[in-house]
Amino acid sequence: MSAELPIVNEFNQGPISCHAFNHDRSELAVCFNTNVVSVFRNAGAGWTLAWTLAEHDKPVTSVDWAPKSNRIVTCSQDRNAYVWTLDSSLQQWKPTLVLLRINRAATFVRWSPQEDKFAVASGSRCISVCYFEEDNDWWVGKHIKKPIRSTVLSLDWHPNNVLLAAGCADMKARVFSAFIKGIDKKPAPSPWGEKLPFNTVCGEFSNGTGGWIHSVAFSPDGDSLAFTGHDSTMTVVSPATGSVQSVRTPYLPYLSTIWLNENQIVAAGYDCAPHLFELKGELWDFSSSLDAAVKKVDVGFTARDTFRRMDSRAQSTTTNDTEVHTHHQNTINSTRVFAGTREHVEQYSTSGVDGKLIIWSTDNIAKGLANMHLKTGLVDCIYENDMSRKGDFKPGYVATKVDLSARELDKVLAEDVEVCKMGVRGGAGDKESVSIDL
Amino acid sequence: MSNTLRPYLNAVRQTLKAAMCLENFSSQVAERHNKPEVETGTSKEVLLNPVIISRNDKERVLIETSVNSLRVSIAIKQADEIERILAHKFTRFLTQRAESFVILRRKPIEGYDISFLITNSHAEQMYKHKLVDFIIQFMEEVDKEISEMKLSLNARARIVSESYLSQFN
Repeated sequence: MSAELPIVNEFNQGPISCHAFNHDRSELAVCFNTNVVSVFRNAGAGWTLAWTLAEHDKPVTSVDWAPKSNRIVTCSQDRNAYVWTLDSSLQQWKPTLVLLRINRAATFVRWSPQEDKFAVASGSRCISVCYFEEDNDWWVGKHIKKPIRSTVLSLDWHPNNVLLAAGCADMKARVFSAFIKGIDKKPAPSPWGEKLPFNTVCGEFSNGTGGWIHSVAFSPDGDSLAFTGHDSTMTVVSPATGSVQSVRTPYLPYLSTIWLNENQIVAAGYDCAPHLFELKGELWDFSSSLDAAVKKVDVGFTARDTFRRMDSRAQSTTTNDTEVHTHHQNTINSTRVFAGTREHVEQYSTSGVDGKLIIWSTDNIAKGLANMHLKTGLVDCIYENDMSRKGDFKPGYVATKVDLSARELDKVLAEDVEVCKMGVRGGAGDKESVSIDL
Repeated sequence: MSNTLRPYLNAVRQTLKAAMCLENFSSQVAERHNKPEVETGTSKEVLLNPVIISRNDKERVLIETSVNSLRVSIAIKQADEIERILAHKFTRFLTQRAESFVILRRKPIEGYDISFLITNSHAEQMYKHKLVDFIIQFMEEVDKEISEMKLSLNARARIVSESYLSQFN
């Protein structure tokens, strides 16, 4: 297995609405936009279906797997959530209904870091924080209602097991206290506040221009919060310093966010590729797309072929471009940590509407940034001088033309680079290399 | 392609691309329902500002977006009476077969000739960029189609009148 390339798992069973792995990543719960959750097992030879969790009667919106206690929680548009426990003697998952007391769709669910609570976001303008009541032997929910004014779209737990961030369709990201008496110990004071009774609003943030907040994520130490909005911004707030930074991007909105470490955030969404944001000095900035848009080059492409094609098939374009030039072919709607710790993520997984689940490695990010193949509108590729690949281009190495931002251009000019233009001529892969002055 | 058509279609394409960001969103008003919010309009906060892109006073596109659906309404060029009749017949023909067009709305929005309704499930079943391509291609073709129909109608009228008048000489 090469660490360079992302691992693509294709299920071909329809769009994936959510996914979750177990503690050792040998089992995987996936929902293919239906009312059942499929649990796959990987015994080394790919994913095989082991169980189907069928209890919901509307599409399942979210699934989460508690790593230590090995419990699955699912929630659905039928207003219910179930906690699934594995009966070890029968080898079957047993559902337990949760008393959510909500009357609209449940949209998102996450276990708390200690796995003694979970939070369910819903369309009834509230978050249900659920915990196990020993006396009655069931899971009950306690509502966080104020000041939520629309559907809650996403949640994230603070590592201290008490604070909960929520992204909402009323264009606000909020941090609440989900302190449950009898379960939680008094948390240590953090930048978010000191006294934290249930339903304390520790922060309410907007990204300035407005837009539904699609995803929220606490930083590894929990002192900062990142959230993405429908206005294609990534906002990072740190209450300790009081800074609120919105990074506006020219891309489509992001639907899910994870922190790789304290200085890097990955966000993915409608652009079908994970994008990297980095802390540079004091400022957060968009860094690059982590899925290099590699265009498949039509090797036999000549002017003569083009005309012949136009003549015989009345087609002006060379190929029918149905494919998007990214690994994901449609919106990515969920990103999860796959390997590594909260402080240092080594691999992460993304799943999307195209029915693919892709596992990306982070160790080539640094490498990739060092010899990034920058592209301009004028030239096809820029290669660094020390690259041994110089003069030995493979077809398929040509990237799509993307405009360089001024900052990137400065970076290129500062380094010793050679700009090459590659043209593929004839069928034999006859290449030419032309240097262009920038 | 004429000079003004290209920027017009480009603007429509870019707007559609941005508007095609749809997600599964069940109703906040009716329990256990999942409706296109742009049609129901019951939750204000999940609707985006509608955009009108117009090439001239006759030809324009209205793009209304919400969290889980998007409505594109097109006003087709109608310079004279014949074109008006042709456009009406043409869109009637299409809307009567709306099922086979999947994203076509049975009734156009008032002030427009034809409307498309794209929901999040369409964007899941089909490639987003291909849906955009389809609408752009439709806009390109429909003008061509109608002017062609107008030409053939005129030619036919000429032949009919010629053969009619030839009886009298």
